[in-house]
Amino acid sequence: MSTQTASTQSSDLLRFITCGSVDDGKSTLIGRLLHAAHALPDDQLSALADESRRFGTQGDQLDFALLVDGLSAEREQGITIDVAYRFFATARRKFIVADTPGHEQYTRNMATGASTADLAIILVDARKGVLTQTRRHSHLVSLLGIKQVVLAVNKLDLVDWSRERFEEIERDYREFAQRLDFEHIVAIPLSALHGDNIAQRSTHTSWHQGPSLLEHLETVAVATADTSGPLRLPVQWVCRPDLDFRGYAGRMLGGKARAGDAVRILPSGRQTRIARIVGFGGDLAEAARGDSVMLTLEDEIDASRGDVICAAAEPASVADQFETTLVWMDDAAMLPGRPYLIKLGATTVGASFSQPKYAIDVNNFDKLAARTLELNGIGVVNVSLDRAVPFDAYADNRDMGGFIVIDRYSNQTVGAGLIHFALRRSQNIHWQAVDVDKQARLRQNGHRPCVLWLTGLSGSGKSTIANIVERQLHALGVRTYLLDGDNIRHGLSKDLGFTDADRVENIRRVGEVARLMVDAGLVVLTAFISPFRSERALARSMVDDGEFLEIFVDTPLAVVEARDPKGLYRKARRGELSNFTGIDSPYEAPATPELHIDTTQQTPEQAASRIVDALFERGIVQRHT
Amino acid sequence: MAAKWQAPYTAFFAAVMPMSSSHLRRLEAESIDIFREAVAESERPVMLYSIGKDSSVLLHLARKAFHPARLPFPLLHVDTTWKFRAMYEMRDRLAREGRFELLVYRNPEAERLGINPIEHGSARHTDLWKTQGLKLALDHYRFDLAFGGARRDEEKSRAKERVFSFRTAQHGWDPKNQRPELWRLYNARKNPGESIRVFPLSNWTELDVWQYIRAENIEVVPLYFAANRPVVERDGALIMVDDARLPLHKGEQVQQRRVRFRTLGCYPLTGAIESDADTLDAIITEMEHAHTSERQGRIIDRDGGSSMERKKAEGYF
Repeated sequence: MSTQTASTQSSDLLRFITCGSVDDGKSTLIGRLLHAAHALPDDQLSALADESRRFGTQGDQLDFALLVDGLSAEREQGITIDVAYRFFATARRKFIVADTPGHEQYTRNMATGASTADLAIILVDARKGVLTQTRRHSHLVSLLGIKQVVLAVNKLDLVDWSRERFEEIERDYREFAQRLDFEHIVAIPLSALHGDNIAQRSTHTSWHQGPSLLEHLETVAVATADTSGPLRLPVQWVCRPDLDFRGYAGRMLGGKARAGDAVRILPSGRQTRIARIVGFGGDLAEAARGDSVMLTLEDEIDASRGDVICAAAEPASVADQFETTLVWMDDAAMLPGRPYLIKLGATTVGASFSQPKYAIDVNNFDKLAARTLELNGIGVVNVSLDRAVPFDAYADNRDMGGFIVIDRYSNQTVGAGLIHFALRRSQNIHWQAVDVDKQARLRQNGHRPCVLWLTGLSGSGKSTIANIVERQLHALGVRTYLLDGDNIRHGLSKDLGFTDADRVENIRRVGEVARLMVDAGLVVLTAFISPFRSERALARSMVDDGEFLEIFVDTPLAVVEARDPKGLYRKARRGELSNFTGIDSPYEAPATPELHIDTTQQTPEQAASRIVDALFERGIVQRHT
Repeated sequence: MAAKWQAPYTAFFAAVMPMSSSHLRRLEAESIDIFREAVAESERPVMLYSIGKDSSVLLHLARKAFHPARLPFPLLHVDTTWKFRAMYEMRDRLAREGRFELLVYRNPEAERLGINPIEHGSARHTDLWKTQGLKLALDHYRFDLAFGGARRDEEKSRAKERVFSFRTAQHGWDPKNQRPELWRLYNARKNPGESIRVFPLSNWTELDVWQYIRAENIEVVPLYFAANRPVVERDGALIMVDDARLPLHKGEQVQQRRVRFRTLGCYPLTGAIESDADTLDAIITEMEHAHTSERQGRIIDRDGGSSMERKKAEGYF
């Protein structure tokens, strides 16, 4: 299993990210590294000396931070506001540094820098120790799959090179980092300002046995090509210079390719073999992860942009619903149910998100209830796509499991997601065309179909009311069917529990069944708690306009708890039932239901009559039938 | 400068690694990926061609990216009429050989006003011919995506440029409102009238460019190689007297010096360096020991600390 991107597999290059709070000395550290590796030409040094006098904070000394803070606005504010990439090389390695900002509102930039890095330098001010920001950055870095961390304890000169202080900070950090996915943490005492332990070991820290920062960066192991997994090649561009040539161009996101290898094209699932790997100066024998290639296939298969050519024996998964970790990067909060676009590999597809199952407090890893994700918010969210796409879990392949979210209107990149797993496997089901259609059934039935969707807390009276409505409609000659929560749970959804994800899936199934029954011409009554707005909206979207009546059976929690017909609230309060709506799982009341029934003011019979009247009023059922 | 600034890494400095081929292969793969993605996501792409070494590498990568198909876009040279003669010679010869479809655009207003670097100064010359010229050219041909050869190692504000860099309908660049680029996913969506600048060489350094030129045997303008050339010393720079349009100031003497150029632009604005490096190997060796940055020879970058950033916000490439 590999979490490394192909671009970083060769050990002659290390991509790393630097993270720290404002004033931890991050820009100074990078300036120091560039200087130590002789990446600073004379004219830049003299410009720096000039600017140090004008803007600097270090008196007559060079202010390395000025060198790194490229944009004039941030130079004036004295903070770095965007991701900047720096390049330097030593005899052993070439380095690309993503310099990312420390303050909270720019988490998105840190995620950006971390997404292509192999290693993170987490900078801590020796006087301040491990801060909220330190934890936030570490968590983000871990989330994006970085395994190698350097804990750079900076400004040690300001604590008199105290070994005790250094070790205390290292201890704090290691204890905190136990909850993260790091494989390797190295702590190094530094003074970036004075250059101690940057390139050479400092005499001030003779007690430090480890390497200097640059020594460590030059020698730390980075992933190699043999951990590259099975073949993954998203088709990026189809090359058709003439009728005889059809080439599939793309970047290898996993594995190796050789002429003759058996491949499977996803999502179609069709199988063939690689015919040629076309190179500029003749065919290539082999291509590996990270290469940009042009393949031809043995069979005439119509693959297009976004399809993924996979190793036949180990194809990627294909699905249209995933559980993901979502990092939100836009000022406008993520709206559950709102249509967005996601880009995954070479595929751009319509997508919508569920309400977060929970948001993650990156300071202490607590799971927080959340209705949405604000700028810099991170949460676990289900995503539902307009069509099924090939993917791998992010933990298996960063490039096959990481996606960006694009706003359909502003075209901005508003979020980034990491796929955990598919919520259900997609199958190759084709719609069956039929001659007897909905209109034909409608004429025979003598009434229009619809869904009467009753929602409300457990014990609010949904089933009781639904039963009376069905009895009355049956007497009127209307073809009905009642889908009841408990009954569905014993059959269709008996494999599901009560987590948010399972509730979403349960309601999706009920919605699908209701849709089929509406197609069959029935008036369908459903009696489910259905606590989430987005899933009710989903069920509504499955049928035509005017065919969905949301009926809010409104009983206050205190009243249902007092009634407690099945004794469930007592159990939930005792902690014997978890995820119980109203107790430890939210109920989102409908904002604009077609009918709002206040059960403290009406009997079930009165409520049922109101519902039947509504069907008359809407012409779904005619009075004379 | 205090003694503690002395380089601790002199040994490494002297021996800056001969970059392994795996490193160049990785850079090449990334650039090809960027080319293909941009072409797949745009309607009217174009490649800006400045005839310099970066453009030569860019062109080579583009041909590799789409081989065996022809280049799916034309090359656009936004001309200032003041480039070195050797640059025009190479441009026209390659176009004649059918390597690419060449468009040459000259800002009609600059042409009408006779704007030149001698009388109007580098800032005005560059603004009208290059910055305004580029905007007019993109509007004229209605290109929605333009490839450029800029690298992040060139200059501070370039270090923050995205690979896919969004421009408003007025060609403005807002450095504080850039789209985050994660993994290798590039967001190329835009509204009508807006455009994207794409920089396939973002992660290349000057040294990488030369090593690649050597590895792939790419043709570059001969001015990059040392030769005896007629130059005058002006404001500390060596300016080549490339044609009769360069008036000599009082006391200036045209001298034959052995020089070469690290970067090429308008000849009166481009300083040469004294050098004996007349082969690719010699250039690369020289660069490994260089103490100055490549843009240092460019006179246009020097007016004020934020010069490049300001020009970019105004639409300069």
